[in-house]
Amino acid sequence: MPGEKDKCLSAVGLTKVFGVGSQKCVAVDHVDFDLCTNDVVSIVGESGSGKTTFAKMLLGLINPTEGEVYFQGEKRDIRTQKKKKEYWKNIQAIFQDPYSSYNIFNKIDAVLLDCIYMRGGRMLPQAEKVKLMADACSFVNLKFEELTNKYPFELSGGQMQRLMIARIFLLKPKILLADEPTSMIDACSRATILDMLMQLRKEIGMTVIFITHDIGLAYYVSDVVYIMERGKFVESGCADDVILHPRQTYTQRLISDVPKIHEVWDLSTV
Amino acid sequence: MNNVILEVRELTTKYVTRFQEDVYAVDHVSLKVEEGKSLGIAGESGCGKSTLALSLMGYYFAPLHYMKGEIIIDGRNISGMEPDNIRKTILGTEIAYIPQSAMNALNPTQKVIHFVEDVFQAHDPYKTKQEIHEFAEEAFNTLGLPPQVLQKYPVELSGGMKQRTVIAVSVLLFPKVLIADEPSSALDVTSQKMVIKMLKNLMKDGFVKSMIFITHELPLLFNVTDDIMVMYAGQIVEKGTAQEAVFDPLHPYAKGLMGSIMVPESGLRDCKLTAIPGVPPNLKNPPSGCRFAERCKYVIPACKAISVGMRELEGGRAYRCIFTENELREAYNKEACQDAR
Repeated sequence: MPGEKDKCLSAVGLTKVFGVGSQKCVAVDHVDFDLCTNDVVSIVGESGSGKTTFAKMLLGLINPTEGEVYFQGEKRDIRTQKKKKEYWKNIQAIFQDPYSSYNIFNKIDAVLLDCIYMRGGRMLPQAEKVKLMADACSFVNLKFEELTNKYPFELSGGQMQRLMIARIFLLKPKILLADEPTSMIDACSRATILDMLMQLRKEIGMTVIFITHDIGLAYYVSDVVYIMERGKFVESGCADDVILHPRQTYTQRLISDVPKIHEVWDLSTV
Repeated sequence: MNNVILEVRELTTKYVTRFQEDVYAVDHVSLKVEEGKSLGIAGESGCGKSTLALSLMGYYFAPLHYMKGEIIIDGRNISGMEPDNIRKTILGTEIAYIPQSAMNALNPTQKVIHFVEDVFQAHDPYKTKQEIHEFAEEAFNTLGLPPQVLQKYPVELSGGMKQRTVIAVSVLLFPKVLIADEPSSALDVTSQKMVIKMLKNLMKDGFVKSMIFITHELPLLFNVTDDIMVMYAGQIVEKGTAQEAVFDPLHPYAKGLMGSIMVPESGLRDCKLTAIPGVPPNLKNPPSGCRFAERCKYVIPACKAISVGMRELEGGRAYRCIFTENELREAYNKEACQDAR
C-alpha cells in the first residue's frame, strides 16, 4: 500500500531524549513513520511506551532531539510562531483529557469563534458566524442555543469531547491526531464518539492518526496498526495481520491481556 | 439453594442538592448475592452504579440520604443504622469497599504497614504489633504480593501494585462481601489482568465470601462475574447470568450496550457498532413512564405513559420493559435481518 498512495506526513529517525547523564531517558528511539492520505492509522502501546511523546513531536509541540518530520513531501519548518500556526491549520489534535484541553477563562463561543478566525472568517457577518457554530454543534448532537454563554467546565466529559470534534468540524484540517480520545469516557459513549469521528472523516476527507491503548478500538477503526514498545515500533502492518496474527511476543502478550468474549481469557499467564 | 450473603430489597436512596431538590440516584433496587458468587453491575457514567455501592454499605453522609428499603447481610439487617455504628461493626468485617480511586486511598506519608496496623487497631485493639505484622505478612504471601511491600511508602509502588495493596488491606479482616468499584479502570491492560487475577483468587482462597464488581467495561465483567446487572438512570433494567446478559440481552438499552463492545477478535470489523443516541434523563424530574423511552428505537406511546416493573423470567432472569420476551426477540431478529441485507 505505501508507495502507491501519496504520503502526507512522515517521520525519519525521530528521537526524543529526556534528561541527561544518569537521568537520561530515551522516550522515542529512532522511529520511522509514514502516513498516507485518507488512511486511518493507529499507534498502540502500553502506558509509558512513548506514544504521546511521539504525537507531540508530530504536532510540533515539543522539539525532537534528533530526526526530521516531513509534511507533504517537504521538510517541516515551524521555527517561527507564524509558521507554526500555518502548520496547525493542517494538523489538529484531540487530547485524552477533555477537562484540561480548554482554556477555563474562555466561553464556548470563544472556543468556536477562534476556529472560524483561523479559517479566515474574521470578516464574516455575525449571523453567518452563529450559523457556522450552530452547524458544527448540531453535527455532534449538541445544541448551540444551550451552549452559548456557557463555560466548557459546565459540560460533562462526553459533551466536552464532542465539542472538541465540533472544533475539528469547523477547522477541517488535513490530518487529525486523536490521542486516546475515548479513554476518559465510559464504554457506552465511546461508540457515539467514534461514530462521529468516522463520519467527520468521510465528510471532509481527513487522514486520522489514533493513539490508543485499547486494541479493540484500534482494530475496529484503523487500516494500518503500529505497535509501540519502549519508544520503538516493534510491529506494523495491515490491521487484520497485526491483530489477528501477531508475530512479535510483545504484541501477542498485549492482545492476550485484553479480556475477550468469544474466546477464553487465560488468566494464568501473568 | 446456596446461602444468601447479601440481600437488598427495594432500596431507594437520594441526593439532596443545595437547592433542596431530590435526586433519586438509586430507585427501588433489589438484588441477591449468594455465597461464592459474584455479581457485576454495568451501566454508563451517572447511572447510579457508584451510588448503589455506597448505599449498600449503609454509609450515609450528606448529600446522600437513605429513603427506604432493606439491606440484609448474612441475616443481619443493617439499613437505618447510625453511620458511626456501621463503621465500627460493619465496615471491614462484614462488607469491604474498594473505591474508584484506590490509588489515592493510601496515605503518602506513611508506610503500608502503618495502614494495616490502623485497620486492625480499629477493630481489635488487643492485638499486638508483632501479631499484626506476622498476620499481614502471611496474608500478603497468600495473595501473591511480596511482603516487602509492607515496609514501603505508597510512592515507591507502581499503580498496579498500589491497587493490589489496597485490595489486600481491605480483605485482611475477611469481609463477607467485597464491593469493587472500577478497580482497574486507571490501569493498563497488563496491570489490569493482575488485579483481576487477584480478585478472582480472593474467593477461592476464602478471603471473601462474595463479590460485587462495578465497571463499565463489559468484556471485563463477562470474564469476572457470574451474574450481570445492567443499570439505567437509577433503576435495574436487566438481570441475568453473564452469558445471558452479553449474548442474549432483552432490554433495548442492554442490547445497545452489548452492541458497543469492542474486543480484538476476528469478526469485529464486519459487525457494526451500535451507538445509543441521546443522553440519559435528568434524575431531578425523571420521566413518568419508562426512563429509556426517549432513546429507545422500539418506543410506542404506551411506554411514556406506564411505568413498568421488573418482569421476572425463570432462572433468575429479569428485565424492565413493556414488551414480552418474544416480542423483543422478534424485533431484534428483524433488525438483524435488515442489517444483513
